Parts: sequence; structure tokens; C-alpha cells
Amino acid sequence: MFEIVSKTKLADRVWRMDVVAPLVAGKAMPGQFLIIRVDKDGERIPLTVCDFDREKGIVTIVFQTVGAETERMSRVNVGECFADVVGPLGRPSDLVDLPIEELKAKKILFIAGGVGTAPVYNQLKWLYDNGVKVDCIQGARTKDLLILEDEMKAVTENLYFATDDGSYGIHGNVCVALQKLWDEGVRYDHCVVIGPVIMMKFACQLTKQLGIPTVVSMNTIMVDGTGMCGACRLLVGGQVRFACVDGPEFDGHAVDFDQALQRSRLYKTQEGELMLRLTEGDTHSGNCGVCS
Amino acid sequence: MEVDVLKKVPVAEQDPDIRATNFEEVNLGYTKEEALAEATRCLNCKNAQCMQGCPVSINIPGFIAKLKDGDVEGAYDVISLSSSLPAVCGRVCPQETQCEAKCIRGIKGEAVSIGRLERFVADTAKDMGIKPKLPADLVKKGKKVAVIGAGPSGLTCAGDLAKMGYDVTIFEALHKAGGVLVYGIPEFRLPKEKVVAKEIGNVKELGVKIVTDAVIGRSLTIDDLFEKEGFSAVFIGSGAGLPRFMNIPGEQALGVFSANEYLTRSNLMGAFSPDSRTPIMRAKKAVVVGGGNVAMDAARTARRLGAEVHIVYRRSEEELPARKEEVHHAKEEGIVFDLLTNPTEIITDENGWVKGCTCIRMELGEPDASGRRSPVAVEGSEFTIDCDAVIMALGTSPNPLIKTTTAGLEVNKRGGIIVNESEMTTREGVFAGGDAVTGAATVILAMGAGKSAAKGIDEYLKNH
Ligand SMILES: Cc1cc2nc3c(=O)[nH]c(=O)nc-3n(C[C@H](O)[C@H](O)[C@H](O)COP(=O)(O)OP(=O)(O)OC[C@H]3O[C@@H](n4cnc5c(N)ncnc54)[C@H](O)[C@@H]3O)c2cc1C
Ligand SMILES: Cc1cc2nc3c(=O)[nH]c(=O)nc-3n(C[C@H](O)[C@H](O)[C@H](O)COP(=O)(O)OP(=O)(O)OC[C@H]3O[C@@H](n4cnc5c(N)ncnc54)[C@H](O)[C@@H]3O)c2cc1C
Ligand code: SF4
Ligand code: SF4
Ligand code: FES
Repeated sequence: MFEIVSKTKLADRVWRMDVVAPLVAGKAMPGQFLIIRVDKDGERIPLTVCDFDREKGIVTIVFQTVGAETERMSRVNVGECFADVVGPLGRPSDLVDLPIEELKAKKILFIAGGVGTAPVYNQLKWLYDNGVKVDCIQGARTKDLLILEDEMKAVTENLYFATDDGSYGIHGNVCVALQKLWDEGVRYDHCVVIGPVIMMKFACQLTKQLGIPTVVSMNTIMVDGTGMCGACRLLVGGQVRFACVDGPEFDGHAVDFDQALQRSRLYKTQEGELMLRLTEGDTHSGNCGVCS
Repeated sequence: MEVDVLKKVPVAEQDPDIRATNFEEVNLGYTKEEALAEATRCLNCKNAQCMQGCPVSINIPGFIAKLKDGDVEGAYDVISLSSSLPAVCGRVCPQETQCEAKCIRGIKGEAVSIGRLERFVADTAKDMGIKPKLPADLVKKGKKVAVIGAGPSGLTCAGDLAKMGYDVTIFEALHKAGGVLVYGIPEFRLPKEKVVAKEIGNVKELGVKIVTDAVIGRSLTIDDLFEKEGFSAVFIGSGAGLPRFMNIPGEQALGVFSANEYLTRSNLMGAFSPDSRTPIMRAKKAVVVGGGNVAMDAARTARRLGAEVHIVYRRSEEELPARKEEVHHAKEEGIVFDLLTNPTEIITDENGWVKGCTCIRMELGEPDASGRRSPVAVEGSEFTIDCDAVIMALGTSPNPLIKTTTAGLEVNKRGGIIVNESEMTTREGVFAGGDAVTGAATVILAMGAGKSAAKGIDEYLKNH
């Protein structure tokens, strides 16, 4: 079964786990994701494949506890198993299909926000292993939330940090950091942005202004993740597309982010109640009216 | 029990007002007395027309004759020769257009209630612990066959191949086997534990292995199955694919769902139960767009979750593609049918939630290519239905995953996999059937294709 063989807390509410999942590890490519069910009544949780070891059949995930299911996932310990792990799902990143020489000729910038660092790391590592040198801006609200710092340093040419509160690296968000580099004369001709939707939205506005083609990875709400239910739909260039089969990566200048932000709120109230039930147990009576 | 030869013995159903608030089965099935009485209506025709209406040619007079003698096990054995999912088909087959449409009794009165009898035999056999058997003289073939998808077509193909002596493994993308039987058709029409899980158990009993959490095209490719995993043939039964949308304004609003999402949450993830961890919208008033079985199931599910429900369909009652019984049940449960009506826009509130659905009246024009009269909008007839949810049940378009990861596999204009008369695709040793070939159709047609593919695979492997 899908045993957890290592577990580390990377930051407040952010966990890294290595999980035995040979079918996923055997085929995973940068840009793809997997789906986990914690136990037999679990929801299907999509998470990016952050790293994989084909020989050992092990995949690495990095996740943030945002709701009841991820909270439950963080409570599973080494030696215990998840009920299901399926993947790899979605299309591999377009970058891995390009000839290596073409990649080497490009000036590529990655922008990682929060736990978006995990999916970015997988792509950086693949590029590094293939001799492609790239830069990265890694952003977080504050220094304590920056994750995988050493791993990231090992696979990037230049790694810049940006914190909202200025506690580490450039003072400001990732857009401030990119603008600063640009003003200093640094130029890029391809950009990959992965992080919270709101960050991707603003980063894409900036790269559009600067004329840098940009790819984003969309973490929509999903159910099956195999192309059956339509829950993961979003608008790209005015067309309905499905993140789990057509994506998760899309042209960042064509994605309708406002609509995507709106759709991510769909189950907020119901999920909030579940989270309260899980964290407060029986002490949460549900009668105060706050959660309904 | 007295029987009117012109009429079916009626079957008990849950009261509409009560069942509209629960997910228990609507149709309660025949009692033994009722089944035996209904069985006497069958004339045991020499040239049984009913069998021609059944896509898997169940020996209908044969099983009914056994039932008349009170021999349920014998009746079950007769059905098992042709069908591995009788408890499912007895419940969901569109009998009125298949076996029962051809029944000789139907000329003067009502057809024999073949579906209900089939269900009775399957359910009773289950209660008695009777299982399908492997042939006594079974010789192991020593060859492995892979089946993609654990829906009706895959399960049937796998079961038949196991009975022929092949070593069969089904690869299923989801965490549960059953295909549409588990994620699409609701509990109140097809109980998951009592019926579907048991029928799947029967297929496993024949020696078929089922690997869940395996997406072919991603976790393994068809080439891997041949080259690395040692399979000699592959059957693709991967189903119908992605839901279609209308491309009207407001379709991305909060509260607009595809029927597949809504039903998958409710059925596969169990969200209809208050104990489930999967959220589902419990709408106050829902508009369901479409007129097929999927639309009926979505509407009746929304109803049970507490909504007032309107079905909006652009043609007239006659053209409704859903089974008659489902339409009838939906009406009894208080679902309103707005026929000859088509949505033009979904209206939202300031937070992006659905607050209404603007529709236009339609009238029927000339028959189109399919022979159905095509609906034409009546200008200036727009009106708005206030609602907080809109569920789209407009059909599906094929999932490109297996095609794009399998060299030499060709599809037709509509994306359906192309097969020859023995269900072999354009790629040697790869067979296909069910919705992946035909587009969304029926359980029994998918089973028929799975059966015929099992024969085709057997023929092919004799020479390879
Ligand atoms: C392709 C893909 C890759 C992903 N990769 C990662 C990853 O590597 N690491 C990681 O931590 N998370 C990742 N996510 C997001 C992750 O799946 C969600 O955080 C998780 O499903 C939330 O589950 P929950 O039950 O704990 O929270 P819920 O209780 O479902 O939700 C809590 C809150 O989070 C919001 N939410 C729900 N689903 C998502 C979502 N998909 N994205 C953003 N917010 C959401 C809800 O609106 C709600 O406000 C990915 C999502 C996708 C689709
Ligand atoms: C809501 C609804 C109601 C219906 N009602 C009726 C009815 O009353 N009567 C009737 O006769 N028919 C009905 N149908 C139609 C009927 O269910 C289908 O025609 C039938 O299930 C098709 O069977 P199948 O085996 O081809 O595919 P499916 O049942 O769709 O099964 C396909 C399976 O393959 C799996 N799969 C897909 N891709 C992959 C992959 N790449 N790798 C591994 N596994 C994969 C899927 O997860 C799924 O489990 C209904 C359909 C729906 C959606
Ligand atoms: S399988 Fe369907 S069509 Fe065939 S006899 Fe049974 S109910 Fe009729
Ligand atoms: S056609 Fe009708 S009466 Fe004749 S054998 Fe079939 S079910 Fe019986
Ligand atoms: S998650 Fe169901 S279609 Fe993408």
C-alpha cells in the first residue's frame, strides 16, 4: 500500500512526505500531479509531484494544511499508509518536450510563491539535471514560510528571495522583485509562475507588460482528476478547458484568473464547517451561527 | 394470485412523497409470489422475439420457464450464460425499447415484465448465495489480457475471458470499480453495496484481478502493458469522457455544475449522506438542463437534497431520450418539466453566485439528420427562472488521454475509437467497446460490446 516513509515539517502548516507509490514514481514528469485519499472515506486531494525516485518507487509531496482533508493528511505518520495514491495526472510541463539545446538558449525565470515552491522545484531539478541553467524568484509572506531553501539553491543559477515583510531577501512581493531585476537590466524570454492564484494573476499582468511569455499551473477544485467530472474547468482564451487533462499548465496571459479565484470559493462555507468539526471536535456545537 | 394476462403484475414502489426525501431504492422489486405470477404470462415462444431485442441475447423464455418451476438457481444459470450483471440490467436497461418492445404479449396488452423478472432472479440468487460458476472443464490458457476500465463493458469482457481460461487484470483509474454504475447512476435506482459491489464481487470470484488507482495512458501506457507487463491483448472500456457545456454567458458562475460532477460527488464520494466529507451544493431551486437519463438522475438527486427542481429541455416530451419510467418517476416526485425551452444565459448576483436562468421558448421545426424535429427559438419569448443552481446534462465528448498516448489507435470524427466487427481497433491486439467506441449509450450495449470483444480476443489469441 501507499506507505509514508518519511515526514518533515518544513514551516508552519507545511509538510513534506515521501510516499511509496511505484506507478506514480515510474512515470512522473515535471508539471504533473497525483491524487491522494487519506483513508477510505477521504476526499480526493490533488497535489503536485514535487520529486520522485523511479528505482525506489517513491514520490515526494509538499503540502500546506488549508482545510480538513489536508489537516487529516498531516496527522498520518511514518509507517502508516494512505488509502489511495493515483497518478501521475495532467500533462507534463511543455518545457520537457523542447530540445535541450533550445532550452539552453533561453533565459528562463521561475517564480514560486508559498507551497508553489514544491512544483517549481521538480521542474528546476529536471532542468538542472539536463544542464539547463535558470533563475528563480521565491516569494513568501515572511522568512519563516520560505521552504526548501537549500534544495532550491542547489538547482538554480540565481535564486532571489522576496518577502512581503522584508524579513529576508528583497522587501516586497515577487512582482516587486521581478520589476527590480528588470530595472537592473536583467532580461528573460520565458517565465513559469506557480503559487496562489492571486499571485499568478499579478505576476502575469507584469510579465505581459514586460512582454515575457508566461506559463502558470492552475490548482482548481477537482474531483476525479481523470477527465470525467468537469469540476476543474476554467476559461483560457475564452474557451472552457479542463485543468486535469488539458493542464494543469496554461498560457498565463490567456487564463481568466478572476473567474478562477471566484470558483475556488465554491465550497468554502461547507469546508470551513468540516474543518471546525475536525479541529474542535465535539466542543464545536455549530450553534453560534458563525459558520453557517 | 390472480393475473390479468393483458397486464403486467404491478410492482411495489416507495411512495413518491417519502422517497423524494431519501436515497433508498424507488422500485421495491417483485416478491416471490408476484414473480411467479408474472412468469406465467410468458408464452415460452418457440421463436422468441424478445431475445432479438436483448443486446446480449439472454435466453428469456428459458430462464422464465425455470422460474415458473420455482427453480431460481436454474434460471440464474441460464441468465449467467449471457450476462454477468443481471441485477444491474434488470434495474436500468431501457426494457421498453429492447426485450420488452419485441415481446409478443405486447401486441395485445402489456409485454411480459422481463426486466423485473431478471432482477428478481438475480436478487434472489444473491440472497441464496448462488454465484456464477467457471465451466467445470476449464483449461487455463496461460495468457494474460489487460482490461482498461471497470465499467460494464470492461467487467463483462473480463468475466467472459476468465470463463475462457485467460488470466485477466482490470486497470481502473478511480479508487472504486464500477464505472458509471458507481459514480453516475444514483443509489435510489441502483444500490451500490447491495447490488453493484456484489456483482463486481462475482466477477472477481471468476479470478479477475482489479487494480484500482491505475490510469492507463499515465500510470502505465498500452505499450507498457504489452512490453513490460506481459499482456497479450488489451481491451479498452474507458467510457464516455468529459461533460459538455453550452458556452452561454454565466456558465462559470458559482452554482453551475456538470451533471457528472454533481452525481460523482453524491454517488462515488457519498456526499448525499450528511456524514460525508465531500461537499455538495444543497440548492433551494435547481434548473437541470437536458432530457436524458443523466438529466433525470441529476434532477432527482437535487430533489432529494432538498431542492425544487425544473428540467429544461429544448424539444418536446416525445423526444425526451430518458427511459419512460425515469420520466414518470421524476414527475411523481414533483419535478417540473419546462419543455420546448432552452437556456440562453445564467444570471449571477454580486458575489458570482447563480440567481437565475434566462430561457427562450422553442418550437419544433423540420426533422433533422437524426430524424428528430429540430427545435427553433421563438423570438422575443425570453423569460427567467429564479434559481440558485444550474446543472448541465448535455452529453459528453471523448477523453483524449488513451488516444494521444497510444500510437496507431485511430478515432472517428466524434472521437470514438474505431473498431472492426470483432471489436479490434486499428492497433493490433487492442480491442475496445462501450461508450469509448459509441459515445454515451447504455449499460447493456456496453456489456454486449464487452462480450463480443472477449470473443474477438479469444479468436485473435488462438492465432498469436
Ligand atoms: C493540480 C493541483 C496541484 C496542487 N498541488 C499542491 C501542492 O503541491 N501543495 C499543496 O499544498 N496544495 C496543492 N494543491 C491544492 C490542494 O489540492 C488543496 O489545498 C487541497 O485540496 C485542499 O483540501 P482541504 O480539504 O484540506 O481543504 P478544503 O477544506 O477543501 O479547502 C480549504 C480552503 O482551500 C480552498 N481550496 C480548496 N481546494 C483548493 C485548491 N485546489 N487550490 C487552492 N485552494 C483550494 C477552499 O476554497 C477553502 O477555502 C494543488 C491543487 C491542484 C489542483
Ligand atoms: C447518470 C447516468 C445515468 C445513466 N442511466 C442509464 C440507464 O438507466 N440505463 C442504461 O442502460 N444506461 C444508463 N447510462 C449509460 C451507461 O451507464 C453507460 O452507457 C455505460 O456505463 C457505459 O459503460 P462503459 O463500460 O463503456 O463505461 P463506463 O461505465 O463509463 O466505465 C468506464 C470506466 O473506465 C475508467 N477509465 C476511464 N479512463 C481510464 C483510463 N485511462 N485508465 C483506467 N481506467 C479508465 C473509468 O474510471 C470508468 O470506471 C447512464 C449514464 C449516466 C452517466
Ligand atoms: S439484459 Fe436488458 S435487454 Fe436483455 S433481457 Fe435483460 S433487461 Fe432485457
Ligand atoms: S416474446 Fe414475450 S411471451 Fe414470448 S418468450 Fe419472450 S417474453 Fe415470453
Ligand atoms: S477534475 Fe474531474 S474533469 Fe478534471
